Amino acid sequence: MWQGVARFARNRMALFGAAVLGCLLLLVVLTPVIYPDNPFKLAGPALQPPGGRFLLGTDTLGRDVAAEIAYGARTSLLIGVGATLAAIVFGAVIGGIAGYYRGRTETVLMRVTEFFQTIPAFIFALLIVAILSPSVSSEIIAIAAVSWPSIARLVRGEFVALGGREFVQACAGLGASDARIILNHMLPNCASSIIAVGSLLIGTAILLEAGLAFLGLGDPNVMSWGLIISAGRAVLRSAWWICTFPGIAILLTVLGINLIGDGLNEALNPRLRER
Amino acid sequence: MNETVLELEKLTIALPPGADRANAVSDVDLALRAGKVTCLIGESGSGKSLVARSILGLLPRPHVRVGSGRILFEGQDLAVAPQEKMRAIRGAKIGMIFQEPMTALNPLHTIGRQLDEVLRIHTSLGKAARRTRVLELIDGVHLPEPGRIIRSFPHQLSGGQRQRAMIAMALLLNPRLLIADEPTTALDVTTQAQILYLIRELQREHGTSVLFITHDFGVVDDIADEVAVLQRGTLVERGTAGAVLGAPTHPYTKALIAAVPKLVPPTARPPNMQPIIIEAREITKTYGTRGLFGGRVTLALAGVNMELRRGETLGLVGESGSGKSTLARAITRLLPIDSGQILLGGTDIARLPRHRLRPIRKRVQMVFQDPYASLDPRQRVIDIIAEGPIIHGTPAFRAREEALALLGLVGLDASAAKRFPHEFSGGQRQRIGIARALALHPEVLVADEPVSALDVSVQAQVLALLADIKARLQLSMLFVTHDLRVALQVCDRIAVMKQGEVIEVAPTAEIFFNPQHSYTKALFAAVPGGTWQDRKAS
Repeated sequence: MWQGVARFARNRMALFGAAVLGCLLLLVVLTPVIYPDNPFKLAGPALQPPGGRFLLGTDTLGRDVAAEIAYGARTSLLIGVGATLAAIVFGAVIGGIAGYYRGRTETVLMRVTEFFQTIPAFIFALLIVAILSPSVSSEIIAIAAVSWPSIARLVRGEFVALGGREFVQACAGLGASDARIILNHMLPNCASSIIAVGSLLIGTAILLEAGLAFLGLGDPNVMSWGLIISAGRAVLRSAWWICTFPGIAILLTVLGINLIGDGLNEALNPRLRER
Repeated sequence: MNETVLELEKLTIALPPGADRANAVSDVDLALRAGKVTCLIGESGSGKSLVARSILGLLPRPHVRVGSGRILFEGQDLAVAPQEKMRAIRGAKIGMIFQEPMTALNPLHTIGRQLDEVLRIHTSLGKAARRTRVLELIDGVHLPEPGRIIRSFPHQLSGGQRQRAMIAMALLLNPRLLIADEPTTALDVTTQAQILYLIRELQREHGTSVLFITHDFGVVDDIADEVAVLQRGTLVERGTAGAVLGAPTHPYTKALIAAVPKLVPPTARPPNMQPIIIEAREITKTYGTRGLFGGRVTLALAGVNMELRRGETLGLVGESGSGKSTLARAITRLLPIDSGQILLGGTDIARLPRHRLRPIRKRVQMVFQDPYASLDPRQRVIDIIAEGPIIHGTPAFRAREEALALLGLVGLDASAAKRFPHEFSGGQRQRIGIARALALHPEVLVADEPVSALDVSVQAQVLALLADIKARLQLSMLFVTHDLRVALQVCDRIAVMKQGEVIEVAPTAEIFFNPQHSYTKALFAAVPGGTWQDRKAS
């Protein structure tokens, strides 16, 4: 464990990613203190450029862009992490069952998984939100629904490889139940792969969320980065700051999370480094 | 005195900081002479393979590199030769054979194309001349139908045939030196004997100098002119094969030779009259898929009968693919069988559903071959050993107490309990595997090649442990092995398997003095170093 932490810490890009994510988390925690008001509340004159009374300016309705971004960070992280967790649980169950029991079960489950993979992710997510009506929970469901197949395929592959290993057979030879073999022996042995891939999924989920919100399918009562950009796109040429700052926030967050994901991947799967 | 082809002068190979020692090998002096086979022998981790790689300039740089010393070949120092120069030497002047020919050959190209490529790179021969040369070499390594072989892909040949093709490839350009890194370790004994014979024959014909790397003293005896013994990176003994094998001077060499399982007449044991504890009747098992388009089906067990009496050790001997491991796994019900009966204490367990198998599991336990793969890397040793009893309802604290006692029984310190498997050596891990099997107090212990992945000195210790435990706990044991020498040492009776059938079963002494089946005789004849050990025994 500590070796893994040390390996992670040696990777400068991953440390940068961790620093970015750390700042973001700090922002989320401090938001109620810095901006105690509702971000939807009008704070001043419309379309104020950044640098004056408002650090990042105001939007078309006179709302503080900085406050909007701070509250949007909370939404992005909530949906990114929530959707990824849901995708991991669902994907691991499907992939785990397929990879452990093999045979016909595997064929059916993996064909279903592939079916989901053939649908363009973003369009499918749009469809689900449109059906469920826009809200934070339906966004989480939609993003999880398009993210789980990659986890399912990963877990299935790991389980197939582990199933042939002698320690799993030895455990079956002791008389262990399927649940015991899966939960105590197989899942812990592919946890590092799941963590590494899952951390990358968070980045994708945040992007998807921003995309949904941009198209007006985010929760209308919750501030989010996609929503700010959507509102500012009409005045992009005259009030550049409205779209630019949430854009930068998205860029930094996704980049940071991806760097952490790569770092985790290398730290937890040392064999990858032997190149 | 033959001329020296290659000379190692105080060769030191440095390991990266943090490795278990500073240098993989230090101050190795070795001269390889034309027309001689020099065996470099050592246990795993002795650095023997790195010596071979350093000669070819194939060390995994930059982590591992030649620290000091010289590698003199045709008047130049290979340790400092630039890569372009090494490329001209590799293949052309120094040939190499690897342990696993399947991974050394490109699976997507035919054998002929791969051999042809060597000639294309290193010579200016025309197409027809290259083809003639390739066919000549294929014929020279005694592969049947050279015309067909050169059109074959690696997977279409058997392991022995692939190794022959590799040898042909290595000898294409008449190298002055041939480096063979454990070339027969992955092969069956009968194939191994043939390949050793072939290397010897070709080497005499061409006057090639051979550096042969191995861990097996039997192989050394079959092939070596000169022997160098490597112990943890230090050359401890060097001399002619006769001198080193006949009268070793260094204690390490002596210990190594003493640990080699001997092909010696087993002591006659009284026949076992106890009741039969486990019995297989006409069991069959096929592997493969019967898909929409036919698919391939292999018969792994073709109606096998065997019986094991209480307190007896039955050896299952055979080459790879003979079905011996399948039989072991079938009897422990780790593999379903197609037909037949498995009687444990008189009741058929072959068809029991999984939930009714649990009490059976307690009575039949297995020790696996690979001590690196058979322990869960994420579990602590104490939990590995205690898991069985916990599954069967023993309270966790009691199971842990018993596990601690078992650690002592298999010769491990109590401090091992809190550690993870990767902190142990192969032999220690195998002890943990044995403790896990014993934790359930089984009546039958099935050991599937329990020592074949271990160094000889460790092998002897683990075999002694198994024999001791078997006697103390009055276990019955089914012992699967490919090594007749080991089987002779530990078994009361031996069953010889070939192509999914038991072709001969007899008490050990009988099988040794009077093998009936021609295949059993062939197995005995192929044991590496058989004659040498006969001499020593008499």
